[in-house]
Amino acid sequence: MKNKTKINIISRIYLYILLLAIYAPIAIVVIYSFTNSKSIGNWKGFSLDLYVSLFNGTGQNADDIGRAALNTIIIAVAASGIATILGSFAAVGLHNLRGRWRQAITFANDIPMINPDIITGISLFLLFVSLGITQGYATIILAHVTFCTPYVVLSVMPRLKQMNNNVYEAALDLGATPFQAFRKVVIPEIRTGMVSGFMLSFVLSIDDFAVSVFTKGNNGLETLSTYIYSDARKGGLTPELRAISSIVVIVLMVLLIIGNLRADKKKSSFQFFNV
Amino acid sequence: MAESNPFVPLGAADNPAAAGHPVAADNPAPVAGESNKETYIIQVRNISKSFGNKNVLNNVSLFIKKGEFVTILGPSGCGKTTLLKLLAGFHLADQGEIILDGKCINNIPPHQRPMNTVFQRYALFPHLNVYENIAFGLKLKKTPEDTIEKEVKRVLKIVGLTDYEERDVNSLSGGQQQRVAIARAIINKPKVLLLDEPLAALDLKMRKDMQLELKQMHKDLGITFIYVTHDQEEALTLSDTIVVMRDGVVQQIGTPVDIYNEPVNPFVADFIGESNILNGIMKKDKLVSFMGRDFDCVDVGFAENEQVDVVIRPEDIYIMNRNDNAMINGRVTSCIFKGVHYEMAVETENGYELLVQDYNAFETGSEVSLIVKPFDIQVMKKPIVSNVIEGQMLSSTSVELFGAAVECKENNDIEPGTAIRATIGFDEIELMDYKEDGALGGEITFILYKGDHYHLTVTTDNGNILYVDTTEVWDDGDNVGIKFYPDKIKIEKA
Repeated sequence: MKNKTKINIISRIYLYILLLAIYAPIAIVVIYSFTNSKSIGNWKGFSLDLYVSLFNGTGQNADDIGRAALNTIIIAVAASGIATILGSFAAVGLHNLRGRWRQAITFANDIPMINPDIITGISLFLLFVSLGITQGYATIILAHVTFCTPYVVLSVMPRLKQMNNNVYEAALDLGATPFQAFRKVVIPEIRTGMVSGFMLSFVLSIDDFAVSVFTKGNNGLETLSTYIYSDARKGGLTPELRAISSIVVIVLMVLLIIGNLRADKKKSSFQFFNV
Repeated sequence: MAESNPFVPLGAADNPAAAGHPVAADNPAPVAGESNKETYIIQVRNISKSFGNKNVLNNVSLFIKKGEFVTILGPSGCGKTTLLKLLAGFHLADQGEIILDGKCINNIPPHQRPMNTVFQRYALFPHLNVYENIAFGLKLKKTPEDTIEKEVKRVLKIVGLTDYEERDVNSLSGGQQQRVAIARAIINKPKVLLLDEPLAALDLKMRKDMQLELKQMHKDLGITFIYVTHDQEEALTLSDTIVVMRDGVVQQIGTPVDIYNEPVNPFVADFIGESNILNGIMKKDKLVSFMGRDFDCVDVGFAENEQVDVVIRPEDIYIMNRNDNAMINGRVTSCIFKGVHYEMAVETENGYELLVQDYNAFETGSEVSLIVKPFDIQVMKKPIVSNVIEGQMLSSTSVELFGAAVECKENNDIEPGTAIRATIGFDEIELMDYKEDGALGGEITFILYKGDHYHLTVTTDNGNILYVDTTEVWDDGDNVGIKFYPDKIKIEKA
């Protein structure tokens, strides 16, 4: 009995150390976003100055940071939206394929996920250059679509597998055109997969640095990650970045919690009705 | 058979290919269908369908009257569901025509066909409740909401689910889900209702109840029902007409009584109910010989001494205590109580085993006598009487059969390289435990007990079919080696 509690305590301590190691750096950024100091490690008392200067544009580089944040969000929304549509159609097509072709395409779908981002970035960069396409918004969104789509396919496929294949035929049988059947029966069935695919794509897009840096072009288009990187190289981080980073962390955390709550609710209702 | 059949069987009863096994089937033209076209709501004409290189439907023809309850019956893999999907429009036929109300509908997509389907596993829309599921078809037709509401109420009453509108379909039992599926189909007032094994997923008691309800619904609605099942009892209970299928070929079309009492071939006899199937010889009209004895029967029109199959239903054999004037004497080898009757196996004095059903039990080991009345003996033409294989002479002592070199009796009359026809009796082939031991490998695909031996259908590895009579016990699906005896292969020039 005693031994057991001992092991229990040790395992708990281990867990806390682990969590601390993971979250301490993020926590430090968040904590230091609430003080007006030039650098981390120098606490000058609680203040919301960084947030204020970030939003009213008075702070050092606040305009650039704001623009970079906005770019990041626009790119993320556009890329994950397109990826969700493309990926869902691809999943439906893949689901209806049989045998060798299906295996081949599933494999092709996995490659971009395993492929290191830096290689994806370089190859897209070379592609755009060789086609003579001016790089900017369009290329960066296209690039993000390419690495997000496989994840959408991956999150929609299981929903399709769960679906009774006859429901699509049933809809046709009841007078729906193929498009109506898809919209009224297949989409509701795969909706949860599409939503999680979208959310995953959104997070991946915001998070991305390697691909963005190669496809943003040199017309001054910056996302948060590329801006932070170049800012840090210029000599020290702009303090306002701590505020924007905290906001990003909190927004993502809220999204994650909402997603999990949704999943929980689905699960419990599922169990309830199947008892 | 054709006379007693309310809807004309097309080439099933009199087509040698349909009666036996898939040889190249060429059905005669549908003469009877032509003359009274308007009475048939659906005409399926010479439909063939294959997936890859597997032939699923082979020249199937079918004529269905308005308001009829037709059951397509067969073991799994016989093509019955494919036929239904062709009717619904989910598959396209490779050959042939489907005609609805006189118009060819081959190229009409499913959503424009006036037919609705009840699917095997219900296929309800899980994200919609009972009301929305049932209203699905009418909503697509832009029916006014108040009409939809009235109609949903009406069909829910028909299927016995009044007040279930708001229920989540996932919360319903299997039987209730099936009722919703039926309601969802019949609300559209289809001309034809297609049912794909709708009761297969229900338990026995529920299935029996639903059978009666379906029959009643068919009567009340007056819609043509086309029902697919592998359950022969269900088919006998429900149908006006049964279509028996095997390996993509229609075997027999007829009323339940016809099919049961006058099966056209051993497969149908074996598939529908219990039966004793024996080899016989038609001595002359109304006299058939089997189990080493002559019996009076009612069948005519066979050649003298023609080899035939004889079917006797177990309930048509009268069993009594040993009495020297009886036709058949034997000993009971097993006696099982089956609820209403007893089922007994009787071994006759000359070594045949017969299945007998009677309300009275005769203990195992008791000496009994059996009587069969002429009317209860069903005589069927044998589709083929021996294996006939097209091949080639390889040398004076070997032939090529189904792609394998087989040793044969020395034959110097036929030049090597000549095409030949080899005839091998059913009992002149030996089956070995291992494929390697035979000239050819194969798999047992159908077993028929013939009273004193088994009649096996063996599909060779290269897709050809051989029939083998043996007293050894094999299982369906066993892999076997096929061995020929050189002396027993009769060779002639093709």
